Amino acid sequence: MARAPTTTDAFNAVAEPRRRQILNAIATGERSVSDLVTQLSLPQPLVSKHLRVLREVGLVAARDEGRLRLYRLNGFALKPIYDWVKEFEDLWSGRFARMDVVLSELKQATPGTTKDGDDSDGGNRDDE
Amino acid sequence: MTSNGAAVVTLPTDTQILITREFDAPCHLVYRAWTTPELIKRWWAGDRGEVTSVEVDLRPGGKWRYVMTANGGFEVAFHGEYHEVVPGERLVSTEVFEGMPDAAAVTTTTFTERDSRTTLSILVQHQTKEYRDAHVNSGMEGGMQESLTYLENVARALV
Repeated sequence: MARAPTTTDAFNAVAEPRRRQILNAIATGERSVSDLVTQLSLPQPLVSKHLRVLREVGLVAARDEGRLRLYRLNGFALKPIYDWVKEFEDLWSGRFARMDVVLSELKQATPGTTKDGDDSDGGNRDDE
Repeated sequence: MTSNGAAVVTLPTDTQILITREFDAPCHLVYRAWTTPELIKRWWAGDRGEVTSVEVDLRPGGKWRYVMTANGGFEVAFHGEYHEVVPGERLVSTEVFEGMPDAAAVTTTTFTERDSRTTLSILVQHQTKEYRDAHVNSGMEGGMQESLTYLENVARALV
């Protein structure tokens, strides 16, 4: 199947699970390649390859400190992805909020234990 | 009143969408709300319209079909077939938006209870990344005027 190369946009770049792992790892602070290799138990060439892709789409920035190159997350590049998924999330949140209402009614209609006539509340009142 | 929060949507692979949400209710009730036509009618359209018809033949090989009238007046319908039905635990079904009949997805819905709360997890497996993306796009124009395209896209997300 013909596909755009993963390096062309952030959307494709984050579709790869390893790259998401790397993004998660650097989300909490700067990391060197060897930090990531240790933390994620991935081979160094693989980590470097993914970092290169992430840099090309702007998701990751780097700076040199002495002999060390440190990578960090660029949150702004993630925003379009967040926005994209967010609208879809809102759709489902609306449905789930309605399910909450249905469920609270179901819980009232079916108390934890289903015993009959235990409460002397006038016997069988109608269940609405 | 317990707050149950928003839906959480992730994209585990190029062709999948995963939607999860925890409910303050035991599994069997969440399953009932999810599978009983009279109850589905009350939540399935969310804020986007009104459900007009729900048919559920809940058994492997059984068909389902949901229809709603969206706020703009358009009717949108989905249907599919159940592949697996494990009451209170797991449902696997196909899902077709009738306005885009080639884009059939397979949806696996699981219900997991813990401490009287239930995690609902909906994994949507599309055939291609393009169909998957179209599905996610459904909510994208949320703030814009309701065009037919918008409604079709919304509809795409409604299962």
